[in-house]
Amino acid sequence: MRFILRRLGFYLIAFWASITLNFLLPRFMPGDPVSRMFARSQDRMQPEQIEALRKLLGVDDRPLWEQYIGYMTNIFTGQMGVSISRFPTPVTEVISSQIGWTLLLGGTALVIAAVVGNLLGVLAAWRRGGAVDSALPPLLVFIGSFPYFWLAMGALYLFGVVLNWFPIRHAFTAGLEPGFTWEFIGDVGAHLVLPALTIVLVSIGGWMLGMRNTMIATNSEDYITMAEAKGLRPGRIMLRYAARNAMLPSVTSFGMGLGFVVGGALLTEVVFAYPGVGYQLLNAVQGLDYPLMQGLFLTITAAVLLANFLVDILYVRLDPRVRSN
Amino acid sequence: MTTAILKQPGTTAAKTPAARKPNRSFVHGILTNKKALTGMAVMLVFIALALLAPVLFPGDPSRITAMASMEPSAEHWLGTTAKGQDVLALTVHGSRSSLFVGLTVGFASTFVGILVGLASAYFGKFIDEALSLVTNVFLLLPGLPLLVILAAFLPPGLGTVILVLVVTGWAGSARVLRSQALSIRSKDFVAAAVVSGERAGRIMFREILPNMASIVMGTLLACVIYGIGAQAGLEFLGLGDASTVSWGNNLFWAGNEGALLTGSWWVFVPSGVCIALVAFALALINYAVDEVTNPRLRKIKTPKDTERSAAK
Repeated sequence: MRFILRRLGFYLIAFWASITLNFLLPRFMPGDPVSRMFARSQDRMQPEQIEALRKLLGVDDRPLWEQYIGYMTNIFTGQMGVSISRFPTPVTEVISSQIGWTLLLGGTALVIAAVVGNLLGVLAAWRRGGAVDSALPPLLVFIGSFPYFWLAMGALYLFGVVLNWFPIRHAFTAGLEPGFTWEFIGDVGAHLVLPALTIVLVSIGGWMLGMRNTMIATNSEDYITMAEAKGLRPGRIMLRYAARNAMLPSVTSFGMGLGFVVGGALLTEVVFAYPGVGYQLLNAVQGLDYPLMQGLFLTITAAVLLANFLVDILYVRLDPRVRSN
Repeated sequence: MTTAILKQPGTTAAKTPAARKPNRSFVHGILTNKKALTGMAVMLVFIALALLAPVLFPGDPSRITAMASMEPSAEHWLGTTAKGQDVLALTVHGSRSSLFVGLTVGFASTFVGILVGLASAYFGKFIDEALSLVTNVFLLLPGLPLLVILAAFLPPGLGTVILVLVVTGWAGSARVLRSQALSIRSKDFVAAAVVSGERAGRIMFREILPNMASIVMGTLLACVIYGIGAQAGLEFLGLGDASTVSWGNNLFWAGNEGALLTGSWWVFVPSGVCIALVAFALALINYAVDEVTNPRLRKIKTPKDTERSAAK
């Protein structure tokens, strides 16, 4: 319990730090970006909306500490202002309409990469020096040296433009009515293939190597020898004895991966114009939409912290050593 | 500045003749290591290209010299962009900004990492708690979105790019260096130095730091790789310094001008391959440093030993 509370305190501090960063950035940046934004879009807004945004972004005459308290209150009551590029939609509404796509893309890619990568790692460690062990790691390290977005561009060009196997932009075909019909689900699936595939391709190496290295250490444990001496089937020893005990580091990676799901798919979403949070963040930056930018950044941070906290709780369940301390 | 510190090992090593040997054998080991040699050869080629770029392709590489979107030919080895710029000239000139930013970011974030890591490990207690907290918060904040937000608020320019990359990149090296410094901090010779009344700065930089030179080297290489990749990513998003020619900007324009959709693969392949080659070369050097300094990773001929070393 103490462990959980300690971690919770740490995540709260981290979240406070990111809110404060959000608060300070528009107020202390040179060149007064916020005024620039207002100059661009003033004619479309009502006076009271301008007033609210001014307060949110720090263009007002109150003392700093008063602004800070007001800002905190706004954040914790979910008032993040109005989006400017998609005026007059509230920021929270824009985010909630897009986070689903990000979760779909990132979640699918994470689960596939984690499952396949870990299985490959188990196989590589079990048959050391075999085909999987000697051929795949260098290849995956080499793939990992390419800038991620470049691989995505390559996949888009090869499979989307040249071979024309998969659609290359957006999450579903324009004009298709969203709903739980086979046609729509199939369409979404087809649009998901390329972005998810590229994420899997770059992230699978980390899973595989991590699992392989822990598994090699586990393989030399006495209880594995014991299991072999008992004459258990190799497959059973590999999965139930060795792999099961080598899983712990992968659980941690999975938590970090969950954070990546919300924030890290940014480049993928940009390359494939996938309408998720990351794509929206870049659009917000380009449109000088500071309220939306702040809201997105806070959402992404909150998701990362929450994912990490969940993994900590899970860790306490899985690893008795954490509990006894 | 960091290089000067890295060269310091002589000061402690000189005290005992025995301590000198590992240093010489490190240089020897690196120079006879195949991975290191391959990596260094690739890096030297790129550095040479970067230095010679104004000689090889005089003038502004982004000026329009030919027809738009031409395939590679004898005249334009790598073809031309949708604007009619020579892709080879852009790629060679691009290495200047990419290597410069990568190296600057690498050295700067390693330097910050060294300061934070050493201070954490040496002073301990409250300072360690506070610095570790800050490090962990920075490690946890999602890097790419933070990068985007910072780049959006700061005025665009090369300085911003470097600053933003250092801000998001130092925490990883600080954590690695702290844990290494902690283990050295508990050694007897450090205790002896404390007792003999040496100043804190001297103990940190003259006693502890030289003994973790190989970890610092590995961190530095990793930070350079991060710097080059992250700069390219930032520029690809259109948030870098648009006025310079760099690999990331080349890719940004390739995407922007629809090189993918028109099938001009020669526009976006070269810059990406260059980034990958540099990153791979640096990673090779990094592996080699590991192999030379960590006897467990060395290749040993007898099968029994291989098994044991691999089990680590």
